[in-house]
Amino acid sequence: MQNTARHPANSIRRLIKRDWREWLVFLAFAGPNVALFAIFTYTPLINNLLLSFSDWNMISADKNFVGLQNYVDIINDSQMGKVLLNTVLFTSSSVLLVLLLGLGGGLLLNQKLRGRNAARSILFTPNILSGAAIAIVWIYIFDPRFGLIYTVLKPLGIDSPKWLTDPNWALPAIVIVYVWKYLGYATVIYIAGLQAIPGDLYEAARVDGASAWMRFRHVTLPGLSPVMFFLILTSILSSFQSFDIINVMTKGGPVNATNTLIYRLYELGFINFAIGRAGVIGMVLFVMMFAVTLLQLRYLDRQVSYA
Amino acid sequence: MSARTQTETLPTPRRAASRSMRAEETLSKALGYSAIVFTVLIIGIPVFWLITGALKTNREIFSPNPQWLPSQVMFDNFTKAWEGAPFGRYYINSFITTILGAACEITMGITTAYALVFVRFPKRDWVFVLLLVALMVPEEVVIVPNYLTIANWHLVNTYAGIVLPGASIAFGTFLLRQYFRSLPPELIDAARVDGAGHMRTMLSIIVPIAAPAVATAGLLSVVAKWNDYLWPLIVTSTADMRTLPIGISWLLDQEGNTEWGVVMAATLFVVVPVVLVFLYAQRFLVSGIAAGAVKG
Repeated sequence: MQNTARHPANSIRRLIKRDWREWLVFLAFAGPNVALFAIFTYTPLINNLLLSFSDWNMISADKNFVGLQNYVDIINDSQMGKVLLNTVLFTSSSVLLVLLLGLGGGLLLNQKLRGRNAARSILFTPNILSGAAIAIVWIYIFDPRFGLIYTVLKPLGIDSPKWLTDPNWALPAIVIVYVWKYLGYATVIYIAGLQAIPGDLYEAARVDGASAWMRFRHVTLPGLSPVMFFLILTSILSSFQSFDIINVMTKGGPVNATNTLIYRLYELGFINFAIGRAGVIGMVLFVMMFAVTLLQLRYLDRQVSYA
Repeated sequence: MSARTQTETLPTPRRAASRSMRAEETLSKALGYSAIVFTVLIIGIPVFWLITGALKTNREIFSPNPQWLPSQVMFDNFTKAWEGAPFGRYYINSFITTILGAACEITMGITTAYALVFVRFPKRDWVFVLLLVALMVPEEVVIVPNYLTIANWHLVNTYAGIVLPGASIAFGTFLLRQYFRSLPPELIDAARVDGAGHMRTMLSIIVPIAAPAVATAGLLSVVAKWNDYLWPLIVTSTADMRTLPIGISWLLDQEGNTEWGVVMAATLFVVVPVVLVFLYAQRFLVSGIAAGAVKG
């Protein structure tokens, strides 16, 4: 037994056999997941690209190659400028608010306080609730005749804005709901980030006579920067994908005031059946998200190599 | 300038420092408690409006002078909502699709992460990169081609059609892979020397040790599936296949602006189960999410 095992050819054969078994195990373990991604992610991404060059309407049997026509149509589409502007406004304002309010909440709640953990959990709760359900509750809250905001403002003698039917107020209304839903997530992440900053850094700063502002500026902010970077990118990605709130509350309206890229994709694909143009929006959205995710991965790499 | 004069009038600099520190601490505590109060109000008032709305009569809701509290507690809106739409059916659909979807995700998350960390394979890293690519493709971008695939397979308006496109998992795989990598390799070596196969090593050693990470990934899956909106909206075509989030948005289209009490009651149907799960398991969810972010 030992003799044969020591024979080089035999041991190589055994190694190969074992490796071959390991590979099978690997395929059995990781294969289904990757196969499903192949069917429902990689292939459709390519199909989406192909559809963006076609004039198909989902119902007819005709599917003709039309080159870049859909791309030209989208560029010339009078709504497209509005849609892009809405997307930028919605993403930048909601990400900024979530980041700043979350930072404030994280800093204030990161002390020894009674009820701190309860407050953290309460703040986090909207994050796990259905976006559709939250949107419905907020339609009632925003109702200019019977809603919560009307009820609060009435004794003060202020008229409630006509939130969801006024083109100037609809996008801010959507931003408010988004921030309400995601603020707790940012706060939880900030608190975790703050707790990862070594306490002796603060002690050292104190001994050196650094003021509260200087400690914040030179210890807290640098210590939080990786967490902030993570939050900026994940918030941008999730705001790009914020569909349920918009579909339930405004359906992109009034007069396109809340029509963002993701809503336009749905509208073109599943309401107008303009599959080709929906494909173009899909590619635009993909390129934007791809860019943001690449940034995030570069940050992950840095984290790993410094760890 | 003023700081210096103050220091001079005080007995020793050290006491001055400790006094200003104490003042600072009191101030920051006070701000902290006001943040807690603010948090409770900002989240609590909309939730209060939801719950009281579900308990109010139409006359109370549509009064020009809305009151904060219903004059009497009544549950008519709940019975009306339950009868107004097939909520029993919505619940069954939501439970089935959530459990199937989350079970697929968590099983494949564990096996894929285990394979990526502990099983030898040529170009294993390439598989990892493939999963990264999947993470970059949002569901919404591939929704039209996926609808066509599901239609070709005659799975529109079926449970399989709702579950399949979202059954694979990238983010949870990363979460678990990260956790598995932090485990001491001696553990696995010992099990392998004892003659345990990969399946047994995974189930009886790795999964129990990684239970917190598995719980976090599982909860994230359950919550995401329960709340999923766009795909079930597109792939279901009859009332008896709708899940809860789709069901309530249909109810809103029918009764919105006329029956707010009923709509709020129905919204509670959707929200309450998740809140109960969260109350029970929030420490896994909150700490797991936080750990994932801080470790990167």
